[in-house]
Amino acid sequence: MRARVGGCRGSLAAPGADTVRYGGNTSCVEVRLDSEHTLVLDAGTGMRSLGVAMQSESAHELHVFLTHLHLDHLQGLGFFRPLFRAGTDVHLWGPASPVQSLADRIAIYLSPPLFPVRLGDIPARLTFHDAPEEAVTIGSATVRAAKVTHQGPTVGYRIEEGGTTLAYLPDHEPSLGVELSEEPSAWISGHGVADEADVLFHDAQYRDDEYLHHVGWGHSCIDHVIAFARKARVRTLVLFHHDPYHTDEQLEELLTDARRRWPGAEEQVCLAQEGMTIELDCDGVRRSPTPG
Amino acid sequence: MTTVASTGSAPKSLPLILARELASNLATPIFLIDATGTLVFYNDAAALLIGKPFAELGEIPALEFGAVLEMSEPDGSPVRRRDTPAGIAFSHRRPAHRTLVATGYDGVRRVVEVTAFPLFGAAEELHGVVNVFWEQAATGGGV
Repeated sequence: MRARVGGCRGSLAAPGADTVRYGGNTSCVEVRLDSEHTLVLDAGTGMRSLGVAMQSESAHELHVFLTHLHLDHLQGLGFFRPLFRAGTDVHLWGPASPVQSLADRIAIYLSPPLFPVRLGDIPARLTFHDAPEEAVTIGSATVRAAKVTHQGPTVGYRIEEGGTTLAYLPDHEPSLGVELSEEPSAWISGHGVADEADVLFHDAQYRDDEYLHHVGWGHSCIDHVIAFARKARVRTLVLFHHDPYHTDEQLEELLTDARRRWPGAEEQVCLAQEGMTIELDCDGVRRSPTPG
Repeated sequence: MTTVASTGSAPKSLPLILARELASNLATPIFLIDATGTLVFYNDAAALLIGKPFAELGEIPALEFGAVLEMSEPDGSPVRRRDTPAGIAFSHRRPAHRTLVATGYDGVRRVVEVTAFPLFGAAEELHGVVNVFWEQAATGGGV
């Protein structure tokens, strides 16, 4: 499979000269399977460019996996061009709620006055699903979700194909109330999603000193994401969901700090970057461009 | 009604994880039972009732729990497992509260108020039961 980052900023789109290297668009990752099926992880503002790139394609079926419905993971949906192509089947997956259906919750955003187009007026055929806690097969891959620690109903996704695994936990605070390094793996939020993944995209929003002022906000600091990734024995860790206040230079300092905390695995830790692609197959994991 | 299995080293569900984190940070004795009926965790305050820390005993199958913490009526007569608040919460999927006597490894009989309630997930699946004990007073020596 091949993953391409459309957006990796957290919380709020943050375009500008200070963020141009790693990008200002919010969470969205396209995953192309060997079977040529397309999965899209989250629908942040990075979804707009993915949709533009898909315009010339004839794909009739797309699967959009939403980790949760905070706006930074949803705002791109209304600007995703395949939605406005009649005849396209778009399957939307998201966390279950005991109160409202996924469609009703998404329609809160996709309706006036927040958005001019109503969900019911979208030309594509939309099908809504609860995030699959039992693995579902899509083309050549299986996808499984698990609820994880964040604010409100939130899941992470694990995609397996041909012996390779990509895990996606963009908004996650597994350390809440526990010491990760001492905790049995089974009791760590998200561990089952990330366990021995070849590639893990994980929330890395805060420096350690910043986290002290954001405990319980649903995000991780560098100390936590490294402890989580080491515990899960992941092979490549992609620091994701960059804080909107962090400049490119600050992100690179954060990467240096992260690599220092995982001796021997420095090259396996990188920053997510808009446009970055990651290929996973039996020969291993290849990133392009190779972040600094 | 569905249930979520979680025993052994299998990843625990988020409701159980969050319940354990809460229990770990409280001074009130709390026992967590998963959807299969296995006691998967108790906190330090509960360890004082049992007389042994969780790290020593580990997860305990439902059928063996009576040997770890004996529960009886206030008059000393035995209480059936299914009639304890945890048994009711697990079997009938509803909260329950009773006054009982708990006797741990140290042999001390403690009068306890026991409240148990089921943990349902977003799809109303059962993740387990939270069993909370409030000790009223020690009632004397060993059994």
